[in-house]
Parts: sequence; C-alpha cells; structure tokens
Amino acid sequence: MAERQHAVELRNVVKRYGEFTAVKKMDLTVPENSFVTFLGPSGCGKTTTLRMIAGLTDITEGDLVIRDRRVNDLPIHKRNLGLVFQNYALFPHKTIFDNIAFGLKYRNVNKADIAQKVKSALDLVQLPHVADRYPNQLSGGQQQRIALARAIVIEPDVLLLDEPLSALDANLREEMRVELKRIQRELGVATIFVTHDQSEALAMSDKLVVMKDGIVEQEGQPEDVYNNPSSAFVADFLGHSNIFAGTLAEPSGETAPVQLEGGTTLKTTIHQIERVNRQQNIRAVIRAEKIMVSTNQNPTSNDSTSIPGRIKTVDYLGQMARYFITAEGQDWQVINPIDQHPFGEGADIFMHIPARNCVLLPGHHD
Amino acid sequence: MTNGWSLIRIATILVYLFLFAPVAVVILLAFNANQFGSFPIEGFSLRWFDSLLHNDAIVRAFKTSLLLGILTSAISTTIGTMAAVAMVRYDFPGKKAISSLLIAPILIPEVVLAVALLLFLQFLALPKSFGLLLMGHVVFTLPFVLLVVQARLVSIRRDVEEAAMSLGATPIQTFFEITLPLMLPAVMAGMLFSFTISFDDITGTLFWKPGGVETVPTQIFAMLRNSISPEINALGAVMVIFTVAMPLVATAIARRVSAARIKASKAK
Ligand SMILES: Nc1ncnc2c1ncn2[C@@H]1O[C@H](COP(=O)(O)OP(=O)(O)OP(=O)(O)O)[C@@H](O)[C@H]1O
Ligand SMILES: [Mg+2]
Repeated sequence: MAERQHAVELRNVVKRYGEFTAVKKMDLTVPENSFVTFLGPSGCGKTTTLRMIAGLTDITEGDLVIRDRRVNDLPIHKRNLGLVFQNYALFPHKTIFDNIAFGLKYRNVNKADIAQKVKSALDLVQLPHVADRYPNQLSGGQQQRIALARAIVIEPDVLLLDEPLSALDANLREEMRVELKRIQRELGVATIFVTHDQSEALAMSDKLVVMKDGIVEQEGQPEDVYNNPSSAFVADFLGHSNIFAGTLAEPSGETAPVQLEGGTTLKTTIHQIERVNRQQNIRAVIRAEKIMVSTNQNPTSNDSTSIPGRIKTVDYLGQMARYFITAEGQDWQVINPIDQHPFGEGADIFMHIPARNCVLLPGHHD
Repeated sequence: MTNGWSLIRIATILVYLFLFAPVAVVILLAFNANQFGSFPIEGFSLRWFDSLLHNDAIVRAFKTSLLLGILTSAISTTIGTMAAVAMVRYDFPGKKAISSLLIAPILIPEVVLAVALLLFLQFLALPKSFGLLLMGHVVFTLPFVLLVVQARLVSIRRDVEEAAMSLGATPIQTFFEITLPLMLPAVMAGMLFSFTISFDDITGTLFWKPGGVETVPTQIFAMLRNSISPEINALGAVMVIFTVAMPLVATAIARRVSAARIKASKAK
C-alpha cells in the first residue's frame, strides 16, 4: 500500500450562505499524524471550515478528501471523525461510561472490548474513576477530558476540535493544552484545532493556518509564520508589531538601508530584500519583542540600528514590560524582559534593531 | 406596609375560596345520604357512587371519555412532538405560517373552531362520527403539546445531537437515543395536558359528537337539564379526583422510573 500523505485535503473549497461567502477558495492539506491549528479573528470562517470537514455543513464548491476518498456527499455518521466542542456536548442523561461507549456501539464492538476500550480511554485522559458518574457531576475541565475520550475511543481518522479549551479558566487551559498535545502525540491522530488564542496556536501546532475573511492568509510552521509574516495582518495578529511604510535603497554588502515614512532609517538584510523582489515601496515590520531598549547609545552589533526615543507609557506585565515610545516623530511599541526595574515614563532611551529583525513586506496595495 | 400586605393576603385567600369552594361543596355533597343536596349534610354515604356504577349511560360515557382521551393524547403527542422537532431543528419554506396555523386553535374561541369543523364536514358531506370527534380533540390539544415540547427542545443543545452523529449514530438513532430521552419530560407533560383537556372538554364535544354518543362532561350536562341528581355530584367528584390525581400519579411514576434508571446504571 502506498504511503498516504494527507489525512485531509481541501481543494478549492467554497462555502456560501446566500450572497455571503464565508469561506473562499480554501486549499489546504492536513498531513497524517500532524497537529494543525486554524487561527484567526472572530468570523473568519474557522468553525465553518471545521464543520464542512465534519460533515455538519454542506460544501458549496470544491472537494473535500479524507484519507484519499472524496467525502463531500458522505453523511457525518459515516465519516469516522472525532469531534470535540467548546461546550463539551456530553450526553447529560448517560453515565460517563455510556458517553464514551456510545460510538463503539455503532462499530460492532463486543461488550468485553467496549469495557476495555472505555477503561483505557479513561486512563488516557487520567480520569480512571468516574465511569459511573453523570456529566453534571464533573467539573468543566473533567467534562472536556471525557469529551476528548469519547472522541478518540472510536479511533477516528481525524480529530476535530473547535475551541475546546476556551470554556476553561486560564490555569486549567494551560494544563489541558499540555495534556491534549500529549494525547495527540501518543495516538498520532491527525488533528485540526480551532482557536483564536495565539499562544495556544503557537505552542501546539505542527502547522499553523492563519485565516482572515474566509481565506488562508498564511500557513506554515508556527516559528516560520511568526518570524516571517507574509502580510501586515499576520504580523499584527500574531504578537505585537510595528509596521511602517518605507522605501528601499541600494544594498551595500549584507545589509541595505530602509527609509521609513517619518524619516527614520533602518537596516535590513539581503534576504528580506529578496522576499519583496527588490521592490522600491515596501512596508517594514519590526516585532515589539525584537527591539532592545537600553540607555546605551552604542549599537549591539554593527548591522543593527540605534534610534533615540523617549518612553511615553509603560505597561508593567510582570517579567515583561511593554513600552510605548516616541522616536523621531513616530510611535513605537516594544516588549522587553525587565532587568530589575522597568524604565520609567519620560526616560530617554535608545532602541536597538538588528537588521535581521526588520522584516519587509510589499508596499501598500491592499 | 404590613397592613397593605395583609390586605393582599386576605384578598388572595378570598379569591381562592371563591374559586374552590364550589368544588369542595360538590365533593362534600357527593357523600350526602340525603336525596336533596342541602347543608348541613345528613349522614355519610357512598350510595351515589354505587348508583353511578349501576348507571349504564354514565359507565358508557366514562368509557367513551377514557378512550377518546387516550387516543387524543396518543395522536396529539406523536404529531405534536414531530411538529416541534420540525419547527425547531429544520428550516423549510412556510415554516412561520404552518407554526401559526398549528397554534391557532388555542387563540380561536372554541365555539368558532367547533362550528368551523362542523361546516367543513358538511361541505364534504360526511356524517358526524367518533372519528370526527377525535379529530376535533386532536386539533384542539395539538398546540399544547407543540408549545411544551418546542420550549424544551429549544433548550437541548444542537451540538449534543451533532456529537452523537459524529460518533456514528444515524439521525434517526440520534433522535431515539439522545433527543427523545432529553425531551421526554416535556413529551409526558404534553401527553397529560392533551389527555386532561380532552377528558374535560365540553364545548367542542357538544358540537362534534355523533347522536347517542356521550362523554362524561356531555353526560353531566344532559343530566343537569333534567334534574339535579346527587349522582351528578358523585360524578363530579370522580372527575375532579381523576383529573387531579392523573398528573400527580404520572409525575410520581416518572420520578420512580428515572430514579430506578440511575440506580441501575450505578449497579453496573
Ligand atoms: N448559518 C449561517 N448563515 C449565514 N452566515 C453564517 C452562518 N454560519 C456562519 N455564518 C457566517 O460565516 C462567517 C464565518 O463564521 P464562523 O462561525 O466560521 O467564524 P469563526 O471563525 O468560527 O469565528 P469565531 O472565532 O467567532 O468562532 C461569519 O461571518 C458568520 O456570520
Ligand atoms: Mg467559531
């Protein structure tokens, strides 16, 4: 048997609700065993895409392929998918055992095997002793674990999770996120995870898909997407970025100067210049945490730029501080770790920006 | 402040007295030994209940009412539940219109509805029959089932059903495994409603019943026209006890059943 590459493939998938197009020409692959995250602002079509894959929403155009089989017209109960919802969606009138065993009943599994499988699913989610309880006798986090157990016990081809952690409080969420990732690794099941929490997305994914207004803005490994955003939207949506329009001058050696609109000049790398095809009009993206603030004027290395500025406001975040800075007539924001004390408001400082941290995007045309 | 409250309290008590005293009087007089219902009661006796049992017309009327009530509630509950599922879970053209149409019988005065159905029958040149009577009762009780079940169904999250289907249950299996059990209390309530409404109904029944067929309410009505026999008090008492006890017994049984189910699953 030939090795299969993709658990799920979307080919030019479109979803229209009447006049409104919720998902536009989506092309996407979910490799086997991988953890893929859909990230994007509210209303960008994450849930709609997930529901199309699940078979809960009709596909208007295009092909949906699961494990080499076109499944557009296959009803949900024949798709063999594991679904986990934001609100757990456990069956309130069934015990935890019966909740987890539910999917096995339709798969010709005999009683002894059902008991065995339910038990190991409960062990996997680390709740071995709750089989006899009812869902309302469990906490939210426990209910979500049971929902996960119920979805994976049927050994689904794909696991689909729509913001499964967002109903949990912050601490529990972090714990569950680690747990979920562990379970996914252990089972090796291809997983699509929908979230609008960027730290969740960055921490968990093998592949990150950033969506906006029904299209894929950028996809790739989280680190790649984070470091090399392909659009101002992605740069701004993932973390905090400073984005300025500017023009590119001739490179000299490994770096080239970029003239920003306000008059500031930065250095960027040849690699970045190639990314924008040596276009003249560009936008420069500098991530807030990739600028170093210090009172020292000297550049940290000879390919970095130092810009004098003054701190307007400080957001104290514990280990970090977020500075709002005015420099050469422009507003910047910088996030830096705090060394003992954060800089005070009104302090005169220098911003140091290494050339490789000045990411270029094509100029305005959107 | 306290004065105001005690006034309200007194008024409330008086209103309830006014409402329930006649019922109490009927029940009390049913046990009166004397032929002529008057206070004070002279002697306690069950003779009127006994004579009820030996009154063929009444026994027949009781059987008719019982059959009518059971059939009405079975049909109304089935159709009403299916209609509720259609209204809440599916979108189809003309949904609003159909919904208003199904609810209309509670909004239209019963007499109008009764006459309308009768005229319709005449238009079709069909004779009155038990079937028509049953149909009338179904039309009349359907809205109650529909409203009660609909209200419950709205609160059952769609994602629970979606989860069931994702696990391999067909839509029909999902209905019987998930949706129906979750809305069972409402379905039972609808069933009780339609039974008691059918059992008590007089206006529509008077119009629709074929000649010679009497239900308990129309029988009482007919008897009242001749004389005020103490049998009527006894029959009234039986009706009251029946319609009050029914829901109570049903709720008790429902509690038992669900408790037993929980116990059974605990024992596993
Ligand atoms: N049944 C529907 N009819 C019409 N429009 C719909 C329907 N369902 C979703 N939409 C629209 O499609 C778009 C995408 O919705 P979707 O639920 O996929 O967003 P999302 O990315 O999951 O957002 P969120 O993060 O808020 O959950 C939204 O603009 C929404 O209004
Ligand atoms: Mg969503």
